[in-house]
Amino acid sequence: MHNFEFVKPSTIADAVKAMAQDGAQALSGGQTLLPTMKQRLAQPETLVSLTGIPEMQGVCMGEGGLHVGAATLHVTVAQDAKALYPALSTLAGGIGDPAVRNRGTIGGSLANNDPAACYPAAVLASGATVVTNKRKIAADDYFQGMFTTALDDGEIITSVIFPVPQKAAYVKFNQPASRFALTAVFVAKHAGGVRVAVTGASNDGVFRWTEAETALSADFSPSAISGLTVDPTGMIADLHGTAAYRANLVKVLTGRAVAAAH
Amino acid sequence: MPKDTGIGASSKRREDIRFLTGKGLYTDDLALHAQAHAVMVRSNVAHGKIVSIDTAATEAMPGVLAVFTGEDFVAVGGNPAGWLIKSRDGTPMREPKRPVLAHGKVRHVGDAYAAVVAETYQQARDAAQQLADDTVIEELPAVVDMKAAVANADNRVHDEIPDNVCFDWGWIEDNRAAVDAAMKAAPHVVTLELTNNRLVPNAMEPRASIGEYNTGTGDYKLTTTSQNPHLTRLLVAAFVMGIPENKLTVVAPDVGGGFGSKIYHYGEEALVLAAAKKLGRPVRWTAERTESFLSDAHGRDHVTKIELGCTKDGEILAIRTETHANVGAYLSNFSTATPTFLHGTLMSGPYKVPHVYVNVKAVFTNTAPVDAYRGAGRPEATYSLERVIDMMCRELNLDPFEVRRKNLLTPDQFPYQSPVGLMYDTGNYQATLDKACDLGDVAGFEARRAESAKKGKLRGMGLSTWIEACGIAPSHLVGILGSRVGLYDAATVRVNATGNISVMVGAHSHGQGHETVFPQIVADKLGIPESSVEIVHGDTSKIPFGMGSYGSRSLAVCGSAMDRAMDKIIAKGKKIAAHMLEAAEGDITFADGKFSVAGTDKAKTFGEIAFSAYVPHNYPLETLEPGLEETAFYDPANFTYPAGAYICEVEVDPDTGKVDICSFTAADDFGNVMNPMIVEGQVHGGVGQGIGQALLENTSYDETGQLLTGSFMDYAMPRADDVPFYTVDHSCSTPCTHNPLGVKGCGEAGAIGSPPAVVNAVIDALHRGGITHVKHIDMPVSPGRVWQAING
Ligand SMILES: Cc1cc2nc3c(=O)[nH]c(=O)nc-3n(C[C@H](O)[C@H](O)[C@H](O)COP(=O)(O)OP(=O)(O)OC[C@H]3O[C@@H](n4cnc5c(N)ncnc54)[C@H](O)[C@@H]3O)c2cc1C
Repeated sequence: MHNFEFVKPSTIADAVKAMAQDGAQALSGGQTLLPTMKQRLAQPETLVSLTGIPEMQGVCMGEGGLHVGAATLHVTVAQDAKALYPALSTLAGGIGDPAVRNRGTIGGSLANNDPAACYPAAVLASGATVVTNKRKIAADDYFQGMFTTALDDGEIITSVIFPVPQKAAYVKFNQPASRFALTAVFVAKHAGGVRVAVTGASNDGVFRWTEAETALSADFSPSAISGLTVDPTGMIADLHGTAAYRANLVKVLTGRAVAAAH
Repeated sequence: MPKDTGIGASSKRREDIRFLTGKGLYTDDLALHAQAHAVMVRSNVAHGKIVSIDTAATEAMPGVLAVFTGEDFVAVGGNPAGWLIKSRDGTPMREPKRPVLAHGKVRHVGDAYAAVVAETYQQARDAAQQLADDTVIEELPAVVDMKAAVANADNRVHDEIPDNVCFDWGWIEDNRAAVDAAMKAAPHVVTLELTNNRLVPNAMEPRASIGEYNTGTGDYKLTTTSQNPHLTRLLVAAFVMGIPENKLTVVAPDVGGGFGSKIYHYGEEALVLAAAKKLGRPVRWTAERTESFLSDAHGRDHVTKIELGCTKDGEILAIRTETHANVGAYLSNFSTATPTFLHGTLMSGPYKVPHVYVNVKAVFTNTAPVDAYRGAGRPEATYSLERVIDMMCRELNLDPFEVRRKNLLTPDQFPYQSPVGLMYDTGNYQATLDKACDLGDVAGFEARRAESAKKGKLRGMGLSTWIEACGIAPSHLVGILGSRVGLYDAATVRVNATGNISVMVGAHSHGQGHETVFPQIVADKLGIPESSVEIVHGDTSKIPFGMGSYGSRSLAVCGSAMDRAMDKIIAKGKKIAAHMLEAAEGDITFADGKFSVAGTDKAKTFGEIAFSAYVPHNYPLETLEPGLEETAFYDPANFTYPAGAYICEVEVDPDTGKVDICSFTAADDFGNVMNPMIVEGQVHGGVGQGIGQALLENTSYDETGQLLTGSFMDYAMPRADDVPFYTVDHSCSTPCTHNPLGVKGCGEAGAIGSPPAVVNAVIDALHRGGITHVKHIDMPVSPGRVWQAING
């Protein structure tokens, strides 16, 4: 790890100011950024910690749905969203291990947009809004491919607003080594229709399986998708599974998520 | 009644208190005055010619004290292979020099070609990066696939070895024609090609070494993560550095797991010594986890074709194997013994098989060196054999339990001379099989299968009956087989003046629990409390010359030495007692910690005798030396032969290919058991590693020789929820006939017997579920592979 400066502002405004310096980078739970720095693959000059900002903490119901501060720990979401949005709570409680959940945050996860991360599926399937220091970004506009988002340089996610679906479930199939999602599916039944978001499977990162959404909007049951096929083109192929295997998982897990939704 | 002390008691592991409270003292914990830090500069290509290394800029960097390259070690020796194997045509194996730092060529990703020493770790790391930037390496095509390596004579890992073959070994060559004939005549022949997947050992503690040089005395000291400090000293002193053995101390303090990977001497150990001498300061190096993945000796990596000839009712007539064994880029110390004498000699398993022939080609590739890893050769043999027997059962529609019963050796057949060179001393394989069937409730399997089917899961059951040869090893025999060292062990029992005891042992504990078990044996024999006995190990300046711990040898070999040393203590104690009690030596008996005159109530306690030996006021000084300290060296007469029966039950999710282990039953014969709790723990750990190999662990290099599984993000280690609660039994014991404790060794058993039980269970589940086209799936039987096999 190279040397760096460290600042820990207590307001969003101060954080934005700190981020304007050359070579500044946001640090939230550090679960992604610190290992990268230890391997000397990143060398920010200043780390701007976002974990000391009260405005960016906590889970509560508010306008538009469930508000989750961007610096809220996975473990806090797992506990505090249990009654308010059970599927989101389950998702947060299944990220990594206790050490990761007690450090990692939703904002860090969304800013990073790992193609195998869990939260992007919840955000996309819920039709959530990513709130930053300067704007509100709809989920459908936010994710722009593997490790790529709509965020500008220096832009800070401050919170996420999740409309709470009538029924939802997240079913994750673990990659055996990392236990990130080898493939995982978040199904959300909203008043206006069903949204199905898939993570872990595609070279383009999280995506919506629109054929399934149409079928499930008409009939919210596992059998509704039995006639559909998932095209393996563009799916991730690696040591842990071929593209065809991931395409299969998309369908199997979607069926299971529908069955589990409540 | 379970005992609460001594042999057979489940005494709690006394070392765990310090390990679990962070008070262990590992190599990296030592902070030495004026220490400097070394960082290795490693190749990021698998194969390349070192064109130039410009050290000028690096040397000028802040804090840099020294830069070493391969050039600096041209004059010293190479790290040798411990066994000389001869090819079928009688020619000796090819032994390329393994230098301290690569010189001329780099031969695998992670091959260290330079090292930088600086005041701080960060400075050394910065400098290492600079040096890498200032090095020109011309990349050469990598040799990765073993069969391609042998076929392509133009692409050489070592320029002087045209076909990349280290040796082409036949065992037993003279039997080959008879085996071929028996195979030809067999009514049925089963053929199976399989891979024994390469594993990264992944000890919790990465390798670390500290070199010290005393400029006043000229003495060297190496503190290092070793399973066998005396062996390391011998290798460093006599072969690599040319330091007189008596000027070098090697200390292996607390060591956090080895699994074989810390048996060997590595270049970093020589490097820190050379650097310490040059700078006159302690020089330390600790591997990062990435370095462990890239440069620790890996395990397994065999590609095997096994043929089994049998009758239509499943009597095994002949076995023939052809194996390509990967040795990686250089020969590590045991790498030539592992695929040969620890593998070929086990190829008849616990069965009576008249004809067996084993052929092994050891192949150099541009990958990390491969050497012994928990089980070492025996898991590979067991896996091939138990998989092909299962396949035979399927082809001939025979019951796998019945087939094994038909072929297992029976108790009246011991001692048994196997067709592959070993003399099994004792065993009762039917007993462990019956026990496993009973504990695993084989009778109730159908009902459980029906329950699984209701959930959409395919349930299967897999069996493996296994044997191994351990307690390594009789020196005369291994000498004939090519070993360049003896494999005895040694112990010194020092009774202190106050009656408590220090035992200096050649065995080394890096997780096994010697500090608990060895005192149990001493306490039992000498009739004193366990707490009065302390074990000293891991420091060549304190312990007698022993060969360390691996090959399930600590108790069978070093424990036996300790037992012999205690015999000498008792014999001397009797002489002292005879004098003190004014009786004839022949009338003195020793029991329960007391020396007594037979038939009288005259007695002296062990403590009184010890005191008298050190304060010899009333003592036969004319005929007997004072003091009470004895050393014994013990060279085993034979290997020991633990054996057992393992039953694994799995559920397969046909939609995702995921395998869940529902139960795992292990019935083992380890001979006499000193501490049942520790034995159970060893089996748990071994089976866990076997399940890891069977379902999860995969070391994958791409065609350019890059390690794809170079971190825990892609290399799947078994976690607690990947393994079931085990059912473990060791009650069917047939004590070893040739060592004084009657022990056989249990450290590797679990890793040897379990992988085929798991894979057999998966194939069984698929077949019972109607998926009969799947004959075999290579390990790791991952969800993706199972799904592919089902749908392929
Ligand atoms: C062992 C392990 C297992 C894991 N398993 C899973 C898993 O199963 N599923 C899963 O989804 N994830 C998993 N993760 C990742 C984990 O969820 C991380 O916490 C997450 O990816 C990053 O969050 P963080 O708060 O640690 O971010 P950091 O590491 O601090 O930051 C990550 C990136 O986001 C930027 N950033 C952080 N916060 C903000 C913000 N508010 N606004 C703008 N940019 C920001 C940083 O500059 C950095 O580039 C795992 C991680 C580990 C180490």
